[in-house]
Amino acid sequence: MSEPEESWWDVDAGPIVRSFARTGGRTRPSRDEVDLITLIVASSPDTARPGLEPEHIVILRMCTGAPLSVAEIAARLGMTVTVTKVLLGDLLDMRAIRTRAPVELAEAPDIHLLQAVLDGIRRL
Amino acid sequence: MEFAGFEPNPGSGDLPTAVKILIAGGFGAGKTTMVGAVSEISPLKTEETITATSEGVDNLSGVEEKNTTTVAMDFGRITISRDLVVYLFGTPGQNRFWFMWDELALGALGAIVLADTRRLEDSFPAVDYFEHRGTSFIVAVNRFHGTCDFNAEEVRYALDLDARVPVVMCDARSRESSKFALITLVEHTMTSQMSAIR
Repeated sequence: MSEPEESWWDVDAGPIVRSFARTGGRTRPSRDEVDLITLIVASSPDTARPGLEPEHIVILRMCTGAPLSVAEIAARLGMTVTVTKVLLGDLLDMRAIRTRAPVELAEAPDIHLLQAVLDGIRRL
Repeated sequence: MEFAGFEPNPGSGDLPTAVKILIAGGFGAGKTTMVGAVSEISPLKTEETITATSEGVDNLSGVEEKNTTTVAMDFGRITISRDLVVYLFGTPGQNRFWFMWDELALGALGAIVLADTRRLEDSFPAVDYFEHRGTSFIVAVNRFHGTCDFNAEEVRYALDLDARVPVVMCDARSRESSKFALITLVEHTMTSQMSAIR
């Protein structure tokens, strides 16, 4: 009985080319310091910098001006959060972006911060 | 162009602080609708690939099944001020694996569990998860079908909620109603916080 020729990947494997090609095979960011809602802004509008891949340039252009969260960058790039973090790790290594980490994650939220959020939502 | 424009020591003093609030609940409970009702941007979709190791009933064989799944969630943004941005994440209802995305719940100000009274049992996993994690949450009963067969106390009883957890009626399509749910959540988080300090 001859088996039909099987491919070594299937649907469950997901998009095998995209992520690895874009990140040079890396699946983990070089640093663990960016969170889903870490805010990112380009250090400079200058994208003429050696070592920048097209995706890096797209991110830098996105983040020139108002800061964007990692989640927003991933959504606009159409890439997973993990792949986006790898690319952002590169940009951090090159000091091409600045980041603002979310409020200290391990601690309970500060009461003044909660009050500011409450006032802001009431004003909507 | 030269590279002098890049700061040698990236600072972050002028960037706003970001916080997040989760909107959870079963499939079709109205999570994305609520995100859209209060967000200043059209809800965006973000994805994460999650690898879950599940032990089957035949785990005596020592073989674990590995599942890789893509979890997608919609989110929106509310800019409170120059210094403060709130992100609202609607968790995917169909996919049980979102619970593995720990980063989502980590550091969240709180969660709104949207309940659909026609499928109240769909809210159980989210309620269990936030109770277990100690995440501040409220239950919002979405009345978008016009009628609601249950009142807040009946929903509280059915979900076996702690007496302190607020239950509100809402219409996720309405900005005012969704705002009210968010306000109730933040007030609840503040109350829990203050009673913890005392």
